[in-house]
Amino acid sequence: MKKFFFDLKEGIIISLKAIRANKMRAVLTTLGIIIGIVAVTTMSTAIVGLREAFLSSLSSLGSDVLYVDKFEWFGSKDWRKYRNRKDITYDQYVKLREMLSPGSYEAMAPNKRTFGKTVKYKQRSVQATLIYGTTEEFIKTSGAIPEKGRFMNELEVKAGRRVCIIGQDIANNLFPNTDPLNKYVRINNVPLKVIGVLEKQGSAFFGSFSMDGQVIMPLKVFERLFGQRRGRMLIDIKVADVNKMDDVKEEVISVMRTIRKVPPGKPNDFAVNRQDVFTEIYDKTVGVVALAGIVITALSLFVGAIGIMNIMFVSVTERTKEIGIRKAIGARTWSILLQFLSESAIICMIGGIIGLIISFPLSLIIDRFLPTAMPLDIVALSLLISALVGIISGFLPAYKASKLNPVEALRYE
Amino acid sequence: MSNIIKLENIAKIYEVGAEKVHALKDVSLTINENEYVAIMGPSGSGKSTLMNIIGCLDTPTKGTYIFTGVNVSDMDDNELAEIRNKEIGFVFQTFNLLPRSNALHNVELPLIYAGIPKTERREKAIQALKSVGLEDRIYHKPNELSGGQRQRVAIARALVTNPSIILADEPTGNLDSKTGEDIMALFNDLHLKGHTIILVTHEEYIAEHAERIIRLRDGLIERDEPVTQRIIPNHTLNEG
Repeated sequence: MKKFFFDLKEGIIISLKAIRANKMRAVLTTLGIIIGIVAVTTMSTAIVGLREAFLSSLSSLGSDVLYVDKFEWFGSKDWRKYRNRKDITYDQYVKLREMLSPGSYEAMAPNKRTFGKTVKYKQRSVQATLIYGTTEEFIKTSGAIPEKGRFMNELEVKAGRRVCIIGQDIANNLFPNTDPLNKYVRINNVPLKVIGVLEKQGSAFFGSFSMDGQVIMPLKVFERLFGQRRGRMLIDIKVADVNKMDDVKEEVISVMRTIRKVPPGKPNDFAVNRQDVFTEIYDKTVGVVALAGIVITALSLFVGAIGIMNIMFVSVTERTKEIGIRKAIGARTWSILLQFLSESAIICMIGGIIGLIISFPLSLIIDRFLPTAMPLDIVALSLLISALVGIISGFLPAYKASKLNPVEALRYE
Repeated sequence: MSNIIKLENIAKIYEVGAEKVHALKDVSLTINENEYVAIMGPSGSGKSTLMNIIGCLDTPTKGTYIFTGVNVSDMDDNELAEIRNKEIGFVFQTFNLLPRSNALHNVELPLIYAGIPKTERREKAIQALKSVGLEDRIYHKPNELSGGQRQRVAIARALVTNPSIILADEPTGNLDSKTGEDIMALFNDLHLKGHTIILVTHEEYIAEHAERIIRLRDGLIERDEPVTQRIIPNHTLNEG
């Protein structure tokens, strides 16, 4: 083992010398690896970023929350079939709450939402907001924590008080210099008192809209503002124990069937959705595309590896005499093999490092669109891969060198 | 005097295409410790083949080769490498130094493959370079040295492992006669210090520096006799 490190160390010193002696060649050879590493790392950074973006856009959905909806989130075979289903109503929510075993859920919030409404304060206004009408338990099911002020209480919800909680972006836009608390914003010309500002949540669905642009208000106020028919009703159920998600889901389904009077044998006319179906679907579809992307970019690395192999063969032929000398004075097969292996591994590692230096700023550019920096494991992995590429593509030439006959090698001119 | 080299009925056959070339037919000889032997012969006589076999660079097709009491005729490549490393110092006609490495590193090379740690290695290499009169050239690269100096670096490299034999293949072949004379003086010194030296040459004058000449012809020993009138070079180890 000690001998191995000794040989390795000497191999590395020799190969560094050889690389220094042929700088231009080393640079050109490395180019293939550089391009390969840049392609693979930026691709995988983008893929990781895409997934991260997707997951964070799901973060507005809780992993321990069931969503009772008229629509199946991923059963989109026949959209119209779902559309023609009866709406979920507030009465159904009340019944569900009564009938579901009390210990199974922590919170339950019926909610409706609508997009693209304008929120005004004096001369200022914000468009394209996401407005929720719901109950006080929404704070638990959605995780919308007020940073300033407070969430609405049961009394305000029951009485339909004109209060609201606004997102960070709305607060910043409407109240650049003043405290929004206890001010009245106007939606559809109805004044609503701001009682809380939500903490920053970031953008969702790749920045297409911001979760910080939301307004939460009592369900009754929502229906008064936009009418009964605006927005479909969802019931968000936060389960008490995540491990019993499936049990609770089954119970919710059977209770809802009873409430909605679905005859036995007929399919559900509602759906109980979960956040993780998104992840599953994502990995099934985008995951395959991502894998294909990695494989295709890895091809460029493969081309680089062939370049390395080619140049190592040249290097071995060129240094036949040197190999002969080394063998004559006592280099064993293994020492020669290690010498050439470390040379190609070092060339590749240098390529890998340069590749990373180039792809790092690229990953920062990607970071502007997708919430990710270059993950450390990708850095480590690509260095490992480049060393591996070096060793694999250098093996044949190195083996050839190590097996040279010393007499013939010495005679080589 | 114990013998270092014992060749018994050595034959070497090369296959060149379908043809078999008998480079050595049947060679038996012994060389004792501290002998100074020249191997002579015209080209095609088999002297290079014999040198390669004695130097453990090649193995015989037939026969037994006992080197320092060990049968090396059927050792594998790595075992032979180790023998070459520890027991044989090569000096070549074309010097065969690594062009990108300085004198010191060239001399260190066999010690590297012997696994000697760095400080000890450096010490021994400097010592060897001193013994050939090159202590002020240790950081020069081969292309910054004259032919004679290069050959001395090569001799220092051959000496550094303190081998059982020094095997010199036409060591003066690429040198002018004055420098050649200096190198021969150096070999004479080494012989006086107790080294066993085997010289391969086709020049009668160079061969006569040795104590004994083995003449080859057509793969056989033609004559093997002591040198009656040895040439003892003037001791001139001052400038190269």
